[in-house]
Formats: sequence, C-alpha cells, structure tokens
Amino acid sequence: MVLMMSSAAATLAHPGRWGRSPALKPAVFALCLVPFAELLLRVAGLGLWGSLGANPVESIIRFSGDWAIRMLLVALAVTPVRELTGLQWLAKLRRMLGLFAFFYAVVHVLAYVGMDQLFAWGRIWADIVKRNYITVGMASFVVLAALAATSPKRMVKALGGRRWQRLHKTVYAAGALAVLHYAMMVKADLTQPLIHAAILTALLAARPLLSLRNRRGKRPAGRQGSQKGDPKLVHRS
Amino acid sequence: EPISESSWSQLGPDDALTPYEDVTTYNNFYELGTGKEDPAEYGHYLKTDPWSVQVDGECAKPGTLSYEDFIAPHPLEERIYRLRCVEAWSMVVPWVGFPLGDALKRFEPTGNAKYVRFETILDKEMLPGQRANVLDWPYVEGLRMDEAMHPLTILATGLYGEELPNQNGAPLRLVVPWKYGFKSIKSIVRITFTEEMPTTSWAAYGDGSEYGFYANVNPTVDHPRWSQATERRLDGGSLLSLFERRDTLMFNGYEEAVADLYAGMDLRKWF
Repeated sequence: MVLMMSSAAATLAHPGRWGRSPALKPAVFALCLVPFAELLLRVAGLGLWGSLGANPVESIIRFSGDWAIRMLLVALAVTPVRELTGLQWLAKLRRMLGLFAFFYAVVHVLAYVGMDQLFAWGRIWADIVKRNYITVGMASFVVLAALAATSPKRMVKALGGRRWQRLHKTVYAAGALAVLHYAMMVKADLTQPLIHAAILTALLAARPLLSLRNRRGKRPAGRQGSQKGDPKLVHRS
Repeated sequence: EPISESSWSQLGPDDALTPYEDVTTYNNFYELGTGKEDPAEYGHYLKTDPWSVQVDGECAKPGTLSYEDFIAPHPLEERIYRLRCVEAWSMVVPWVGFPLGDALKRFEPTGNAKYVRFETILDKEMLPGQRANVLDWPYVEGLRMDEAMHPLTILATGLYGEELPNQNGAPLRLVVPWKYGFKSIKSIVRITFTEEMPTTSWAAYGDGSEYGFYANVNPTVDHPRWSQATERRLDGGSLLSLFERRDTLMFNGYEEAVADLYAGMDLRKWF
C-alpha cells in the first residue's frame, strides 16, 4: 500500500516517469523483500523491531501468513487501481506481486510443516483432512502454486491466452480461501480477517463496476498522461 | 530470586522455568485484548486497589470481603506448576498463592453446593476488551466441588515471588494445573456455590463445540482445531527449540494426584 501510494504521488507529479524508470521493478522487488528481511533478522535475534516473543514458531507462522495475504491483496488491487487512476504501468508489477504472495505463502507452509509439525507427514495429512481451516489454507496454497507455476510468459503461450486468463482468474478464489482460512483459525476475535474480507470484496466488486464505467465511455482521468508513458499497455487493455 | 522446594511442584528433570519476561508478555486475557501481547500493553487500565470479592450461593456465611481480608488468614506458598494452554503450548510458572479449598471452607458451603462458579470483574473502563462482544462478559469459569477442594487447586496472588502483574490476572486468580489454562480464571470478583453446573464462557461460546466444562488436559482428546497429543514448551529456548515438541501428559502430568476425581467418567464425552 505504502508503495502504491508513494508511486502514485510521484507519478501524479511526473506522469509516466515512474512507469518508464528501469529502477521500478528492482525497487518494488526490494520493497517486497523487506518483511522477509525483518523475519530473518528476528530469527537471528538481531531484530531492530523486537524479538520473536515467547512463542517464536507461532510468530513466524503468523508473520508469514499475514504477509502472504497482504501481498495477495496488493496484487489483486493492481488492476482496479490501474483502471481507476489510469496508471497503466502498474500492470507491469502484477506478476511480481503475485509471486511474492506465493513466496510468503511458501514460507508460511514451510514454517507449519517444518517447525510446527516437525515434518511428521502422517500428522500433517491428518491435520489437512480433519481440520477445516488447514484444509482451506492448503487449498488456497495449491491454487497459488498452480498460478505461480504457470506465471512465466512461455506458459501463457503454451496454454493459450484465453485459457491462461481463465486459469488466473482463480487468484480470487485463492484470496477468498486464504481469508477464510484466517477467519476459521482465529478463536473468537474476527476483526483482522473481516478487514481482509472487506478489502477482498471491494476489489472483487471493483472489477465489474469499473468495466461498466469504461464501457459507458467515461474514460478515467489521467489516461492521457499514461498513454504517453506506455502506449503498448494501453493498447492491450 | 531463589525458588523454594515445594512438595506439590512435581516437576520433571526437563521442566525448566519459563522466563518471567515470557510469562508476563504472552498472555490470553481477552478482556485486555485478543493479541498475546495486548494484556501486557493494556494491563495498566485495570486498577486492583481497592478490590473486593463477593462470596454467595449455597453457603452458610456469604459475604463481600476486601481483597486484604479475603487473603489475610492464608499463609502464602510457592507452587511451581506446568501450565498447558489449549493452543498446544505450555509454560512452567512459579506461582504464589494458597489452596482454594482453605478459602472456600471459611464460607461454610452447604450440602447443596455441588459446584463453584467464578466471575471476572465486569468493567469496560478497566477491561477495554469487554467493549467488543468477543465472549459473553463477564468471563465465567467453574469447578466441581471436589475439584475446587483438591489440594493442587490454588488461588494465586503472585508469581516469581512478586505480586501478580495485571496481565496475569491480578490481584487474585485461579490456578488448576491439570486443566487447560483458560479454566484458571483471572481477576476474580465473585465466587458462588451452586447446585447446578455453571455455564462457563467458552462452553457457551458459538455452538458449544469449542470447549467443555471439564477441559482436563488429555492428549487423546483433540480440540476441533488442534491435536492435543503434543505441545511446545515455551522456556525461552534457543534457535534449536524451534524444532522441538514434547508429548502432552495425561492431566498435564498430575495424573497420580487427580485421576481419582474422574474414575468411571468417559473423558471423551466430558472433555
């Protein structure tokens, strides 16, 4: 969010400048790694943000899970925000953001499998079958893994654009399952998962609303500016 | 602070004390927030002086006593107990307190007293978490009379040789070491002798599948969301401790002392 707000502010001052900058992707990449770096620092006990607390394994699992959901919501926000602001170059970041969501989900699952369950596969399988919140979480992870596996550009070609797009629409299912997983895991206080659910619902609702508006011919403000910045992308949308 | 020997400690060779820092910063006390660090952060809202405890119900000598009068007759002793949370983590805590049974006898429970019901203070100013309907406030817990009179069951006023910090349930809390931690109700203001089994907060939560009245630590009966077979001991360990779990013991390792209380009961049904 901070990233998008600061980029948006910079681009408002200099339309299209950020979108063309060769530093854009590396900068976003580095920013997405900040939480992981924080986690490593905490694990190493060097944390400038405090230690891992009394229950380090729980902290690691919560931390990585939180960031997986946040990254997923940010990735899902790219298209609506792009349509709303006309900042077409945002689309260039979508794949990377989605892959970072998968990356934090991998950390989350590894911490669960390795640290929480100590690689006791029998017990893990029993957990997946028996405990609904783990079933749902794993389903979300499987969807994200399928999307990550088909994210390279050559996979778009191999699958065919249409089929690939249909497959990648399931990212919304992954998001819904992830939020549901969080809600089911929480003992009684649903505040956090409800905030995530509200954001997800808003993002889901934004897509048909925005395309409706576009079809009525009301072009979003700022589109002209970004057209100069990245005509290829405008053309594709 | 030297730890005195107590015949009731019943610790094993691998039961190291959980550091004071961890005992006092990793708490479930939803009235002070649902995050584990919240109770320590918001504990200062709770004012424990003055404090009084009302005792009523099926007893010959009901009454409302100041905290000082309530604890005055009882010599304080140290009890080092394992504390097993239903979330599959555990600690070892050196409590300071006295047997609950000694306190209850002063109020002369009648023959109708089959259960004891406990209530936490209800005050949205002092316990801001009560503004959210997370549970049905005030928090209520209960014990069967024989569980309440058992010598392992104590009322605690301190830990690590100091007064209880607010996040740990000051000024007066229950400690029942063979039951899951949520049974050990915090910041008690009311104790009622009842004939009927009291409805406890977690048993009343949701569709009632969450927790039962007894909530004895039992590795063979799973919680809907957790296996209870193993646990993670929080003892301020090293990086290696990230990869360690231990088997959960029946009745949290106090089986010898308390198994008789449940002779003939189906503990799968009465979980």
